[in-house]
Amino acid sequence: MENIITIDEQMIPFKTGQTIMDAAMEAGVYIPHLCHNPEFEPHGSCRVCVVKVNGRMMSSCTTKATAGQKIENNTPELQENRRCLTQMLFVEGNHVCPGCEKSGNCQLQAVAYYTEMLSPRFQHFYPYRELDPTHPDVIIDFNRCILCELCVRASRDIDQKNIFAMSGRGIKAHLIINSPTGKLGDTDLNVNDKAVQVCPVGAIIKRKQGYMNPIGERFYDQAPIDEMGDIAEPHAGAKHHD
Amino acid sequence: MSALETAVSKDGLKRVVIEPVTRVEGHGKVTLLVDEQHQIQQARLHIVEFRGFEKFIQGRPYWEIPVLVQRLCGICPVSHHLAAAKAVDQIVGVKQLTATSNNLRRLMHFGQTLQSHAVHFFHLASPDLLFGFNDDVSHRHILSVIAEHPEIGMQGIQLRKYGQEVIKAIAGKRVHGNAAVPGGMNKALSKEDHAFLLKDIDQIIAWSQGAVDLIKKVHLNNRQFHYDFARIETNMLSMIREDGALELYHGGLRARKPNGETIFDHLDYCNYFNVIHEEVRPWSYMKFPFIVSEGTEKGWYRVGPLARVNNCDFISTPKAEQERQIFKELEQGKPVQSSLAYHWARMIEALHSAESIKELLLDERTMGNDLVTTGEKQFEGIGVIEAPRGTLFHHYQIDDNDLITKANLIVSTTNNNQAMNESIRQVANQYLSGRELTEGLLNHIEVAIRAYDPCLSCATHALGKMPLLVEIVDEQGEQLDSLYKNSQGDISRA
Ligand code: SF4
Repeated sequence: MENIITIDEQMIPFKTGQTIMDAAMEAGVYIPHLCHNPEFEPHGSCRVCVVKVNGRMMSSCTTKATAGQKIENNTPELQENRRCLTQMLFVEGNHVCPGCEKSGNCQLQAVAYYTEMLSPRFQHFYPYRELDPTHPDVIIDFNRCILCELCVRASRDIDQKNIFAMSGRGIKAHLIINSPTGKLGDTDLNVNDKAVQVCPVGAIIKRKQGYMNPIGERFYDQAPIDEMGDIAEPHAGAKHHD
Repeated sequence: MSALETAVSKDGLKRVVIEPVTRVEGHGKVTLLVDEQHQIQQARLHIVEFRGFEKFIQGRPYWEIPVLVQRLCGICPVSHHLAAAKAVDQIVGVKQLTATSNNLRRLMHFGQTLQSHAVHFFHLASPDLLFGFNDDVSHRHILSVIAEHPEIGMQGIQLRKYGQEVIKAIAGKRVHGNAAVPGGMNKALSKEDHAFLLKDIDQIIAWSQGAVDLIKKVHLNNRQFHYDFARIETNMLSMIREDGALELYHGGLRARKPNGETIFDHLDYCNYFNVIHEEVRPWSYMKFPFIVSEGTEKGWYRVGPLARVNNCDFISTPKAEQERQIFKELEQGKPVQSSLAYHWARMIEALHSAESIKELLLDERTMGNDLVTTGEKQFEGIGVIEAPRGTLFHHYQIDDNDLITKANLIVSTTNNNQAMNESIRQVANQYLSGRELTEGLLNHIEVAIRAYDPCLSCATHALGKMPLLVEIVDEQGEQLDSLYKNSQGDISRA
């Protein structure tokens, strides 16, 4: 059988070994996602990319494409699930988009727009989280971390520094920093490290950039995320992990 | 200070509450204590909101502040944005912006002053001024203005819109955009936006002149009434340009006594805390600032258009200057103390803003691309600006890690706190005491408050949707009477 899957009735070719997400990205079909970045091993944790494969819910970033799969992607049911997941992410942290310098360049915000999130729906947790401002060039705002582990993967696999890690389980899971003090200032993080570039939200920010990017010229000012793709995309045109 | 601040004894007094106060920005309430002979024994304006910005920006990086604090207000966010930006300029050690950034900030600020003054005059105040304070409440609103004076209503809407277009051209959005960054601005003005704004500016100046003419006529037609209504004799505080001209963006501070005598002049605003202190009173969330050398009893003052037009030696644009001179004749060159003259002064400023927008659009430095200056980090920054409603103080301190450790804001309306309270006491004495309360009489209180254009919460205002409940209760809290106005303006006695 030919290497073809259908996503919402559209025939999509794939290469053996590719995931559904890889095939979709290559064909320019947008499947919403937050923890996925084609340059890294799939993680499958945010669940935003869940699609229905032959009637079963599967995360598209971890499911291999196999010939003949019938995949539902842009359906009211799946969009509702994604909206719900996005809402949970918003209430779990402290996301004050109007004051956030990542606004307009943020994938979480862009997915919220894409899934038509109009309200937080759930009660806010309002967790108390302090910033880590100890590094001279980078600040971490844990209020905005969505636990995608992209910085963990980038620091471990590309920067070879292992600066970030996860700690705790379930609702207590949180990002930690591998240093004697637990502070970023005591690591050898460099502002040009991959880990700093991959954050899809405003959790890892470079100092002194702030709002230099004016409204109208921000990434998602140009078009919605289903047209623009990921802001944290590693290099232009990357459509699958190597 | 009026004796009506606190009644001698509360025994046997009825409590009348005006809540919320309508056609002002945000939520406030007025309480009156009335004895059996309908004599007012106590009158207070309370600000019932508490927003805590000073607290929750602590721990945030300093460069976020101009964007965060502008959320204080949906009407004049640009003022907070720019006051904070000026403070942040000091934090990054920048004393002088590039000419382009300076012009762009001024342009944005004039756009905002124009739109804010237009909203207040046309949308909020004109129903009282055109129809009278006693006009039927179901008629006394902007929709009637539009129906009966369509050209005035339309001009109000257009002036506001133009001011917002100026802001949008610079900040990317009409409300809550971003433009000012530490040491400058983030975007040059595009040629298209420049042409778009320049195209209409002469019409805008003409309409602003029309607004001055209108309020002048209203005021002079009933001169004695306007002279007396809610009149109080106060100190005046404002920013001033080096040469004594009216200044809204950057300058020293000038304070004058009720008779015009100078208290201080061209004072560096970085020393504001030496000359202005704030008093806390148990019955209000809003503090009561006063000029230290004059003491708490006599040191309170007014800010905003009335103070600015009174305090300045001249206005730099010709049409507004001509109007200032006519205005100053009102009280023979002495400071104009009539509270309703705020409206007149406000429109002179709107005209000055429109003229200044034109000047800035014609200044080629406005179109430059050199936008950001850098300097050496400081640990403290103070930014002061003349917001539409008056002098606005932002003061921040940061730590080694660039996070805010302390913030102090004195917003324009807070500066006018005592003055607004004194004005309503004046009205209570003059119009309400000894009479049975009616909606029209209570509106007199609101008219006095409205003259100051207070921004009680710095929150957006749902025009015409704001219901009003006036209750009369006895000292046991038993309700004796109440008047209710619903969002359609229908009045019922509950
Ligand atoms: S990180 Fe994104 S979603 Fe969170 S506050 Fe910033 S812009 Fe909003």
